Parts: sequence; structure tokens; C-alpha cells
Amino acid sequence: MLTRYGTLLFAAGFAFLLFVLFTSQPLGAPPMLAGQALLDEAATTVGAANIVTAVVLAYRGIDTLGELSILFAAATAVGLVLGSAHRTLGAGAPREPGGFILRAGVDFLFPLLLLVGFYIIVHGHLTPGGGFQGGVVLAAAFVLPVLARPTETLSHKAMARVEGLAGGVFILTGLGALAFDRAFLAPLLGPGQLGALLSAGTLPVLYLAVGLKVGAELASLLLRLSEDEADA
Amino acid sequence: MSEFALLTLLIGALGLVALGIGGLVLSRNLFRVVLALALAEAGANLLLVLVGFRQSAWGAIAPIIESGRDAASLTPSMVDPIPQALVLTAIVIGVGVQALALSLAIRAYGAYGTLDMNALRARMETDIDSAAGTQPARCQHAPAGGRPLPPISAGARRADTPGTPA
Repeated sequence: MLTRYGTLLFAAGFAFLLFVLFTSQPLGAPPMLAGQALLDEAATTVGAANIVTAVVLAYRGIDTLGELSILFAAATAVGLVLGSAHRTLGAGAPREPGGFILRAGVDFLFPLLLLVGFYIIVHGHLTPGGGFQGGVVLAAAFVLPVLARPTETLSHKAMARVEGLAGGVFILTGLGALAFDRAFLAPLLGPGQLGALLSAGTLPVLYLAVGLKVGAELASLLLRLSEDEADA
Repeated sequence: MSEFALLTLLIGALGLVALGIGGLVLSRNLFRVVLALALAEAGANLLLVLVGFRQSAWGAIAPIIESGRDAASLTPSMVDPIPQALVLTAIVIGVGVQALALSLAIRAYGAYGTLDMNALRARMETDIDSAAGTQPARCQHAPAGGRPLPPISAGARRADTPGTPA
């Protein structure tokens, strides 16, 4: 009981400390200078209308590569923990197909989800959104049919191929910048016209790779979880 | 956005962090621990986004240059893009962490049939002890091994404190 009160006290104290820390800062006037410098510079040097995208892919591209590798490590670890090597597939409860409404709805939604996902990915440098957000929509598009027809699962091998291809494209684009005496992952091909679909140099290519990689990883993650649920 | 609205947002985000930390330590169900972690993470992300807020005369806008607008006239009222990019990273990594934690919880449930942390710990300790061939560990103050309790001297034997060693 004492530990409970101690914990509550700790959580409240922690929140209070954070509150004091935040209110002692000038709220609404961030003291960081880097943000304003990036806002002033990004439109002309990178050419992405969405400045968050410029930060994610052009200024901190190598961070995004690290983030992708963390996601890859997590997906691999989930595959390791929930690996189905030691049990025959379909040994658990028989998988029944979903009802008519679910199947018809999935057939209707699948192309729409693909369209929305790719739209969000390729407009990542212009509008809110990008590879991560669009990749999640793509993953949903590929997981939904499995929910409706559990007998037809997607092959993990194909998804691993898509993932590896996308990761390779990301790294090769980054290495390509080295050939032009630029830093690793620096955007090439010039900024282009601000707000055009084909602008911001190689940023759309990078975001497409990110979207495909995130989509494939998340889809295989969700499928592993759902497979395990069906077997348990 | 007024000062009051900012303060409300700040308190809400801090409340999420505090709730998450409290739930993380207080809950005994593994699934609730994962949920509490997600809650604390959401609060931390909100705090980070809030740091980048910029008060300006025309209201803060997202750091996206609309087509047909002059970039130089928009940037002074835009919020800081760096915290937003950091939060994007944090959300993605959070998804990975949660998926891994959930898969471990699924495995634990499959092996022991419960998600209660105390029951899990007790069963795991029994398993480890039986695999190692040792006696289950007991309280530090319990007599070691199977030896009988030492005899209590007559001087220390009192009615109100039975069993107190000399």
C-alpha cells in the first residue's frame, strides 16, 4: 500500500516539476533559433512546401534512416518472438471467412485505401502527411483483406522483399548524393518550383521509399499478431 | 490562441504523462502496462509539439507553405518545425516498442495463461527453480535450509514476544 502512495506521489511530483519547467519557459515564444532559421531557409534551399518534410528528410535524413532501422529491428524482433516455425500453420482453430458485409466492404475499400495511401505519400512534401502516414494507410489496405478472408494470408517473404527494396532505394539515393560531392542523403536535382508535385529534388523518392518500407513492415507486424491470435 | 488555452493544453499533456507513469507502476495486468506506456508517450509527444508553438499576431499556422502564397510573409507566424519532426520520429518508434511489448505479452500469456504480473512472476520463479533444481527462494529472514529453529533461551522468552531470538 505504501508503494502505491509513493508511486502516486512520484507521478504527481514529476508532473509538477515538468509543469514548473514548462511554465518558466516563455510559452508561445520558443527560445530555439534553429526552427526560425530552417523556416527562413527551407523554401529556397530544399524546395519542399511542407517544412516538416524538409526537416525530416533533408536536414535530419540520417536520423530518419536510424528511425527506419529501429522500426525494422522491432518488426524483426516481433517476428522472432512470434515466429511460427515451431508450429504448423493452421494447427489452431479453423479460420472462418468473414461475413458478406465485411468481404464486400473490403473489396470496396481496398482500391480506395491504396489510392489514399499513395496520394498521402507522393504529396508528402506539399501537404500534411508523408511516407510514415501514407505507409500506415497502405498497411491497413493490405491487412483488411486478410481480416475478411483469413485463409488467404499475404506471404511474409514478398513483404520482406518490398521492405528490402525500399530500404535499398533509400540508402542508394543517399549514397548518390556522395557522387555529386554532397553530404549523405542531401537532396539532389535542385529545389525546383515550390509547390509543384515534382519539386524538392529527391525528397519524393525518399518519401516513397519510406512509405513502402513502413507499409510493408507494419503490415507484416499486424499479420504476425493476427496469425498468433488465430493459433492461440 | 490565448494564454488560458495554452495552459489548458499544457496541463492536459502533463496529466497524460502523470497518468501514464502512475498506470505503468500501479497496474498489474501486462496489457494495461503497455497501454499506460502508450498514454505516457502520447503526453510526452503533446508536450514536445507544444514547445514549438509560436505566439504571433495572426495566430500560429502549420509549417506548410500554401501554394500561391509568399513564403517570406508566412514564415514569421509558423510554428517551429523541429519538434514536429522529432514527434514524428517518436510516434513511429513508439509503435515499434508497443508492438514488441504486445508480442512479448502474447508469448507470456501463451506460456503461463495469465497476464497478471504477480502470478506471472510466481510461476516464472517456480519454473526457474525447478529447471535449476534448487529450492524456491524464501524471505531473507527465514532460517536457511531445512534446519530446525534455534532453541530460544529462557531469558528472552516472554509472553508478549514469542519466538524472539536471544
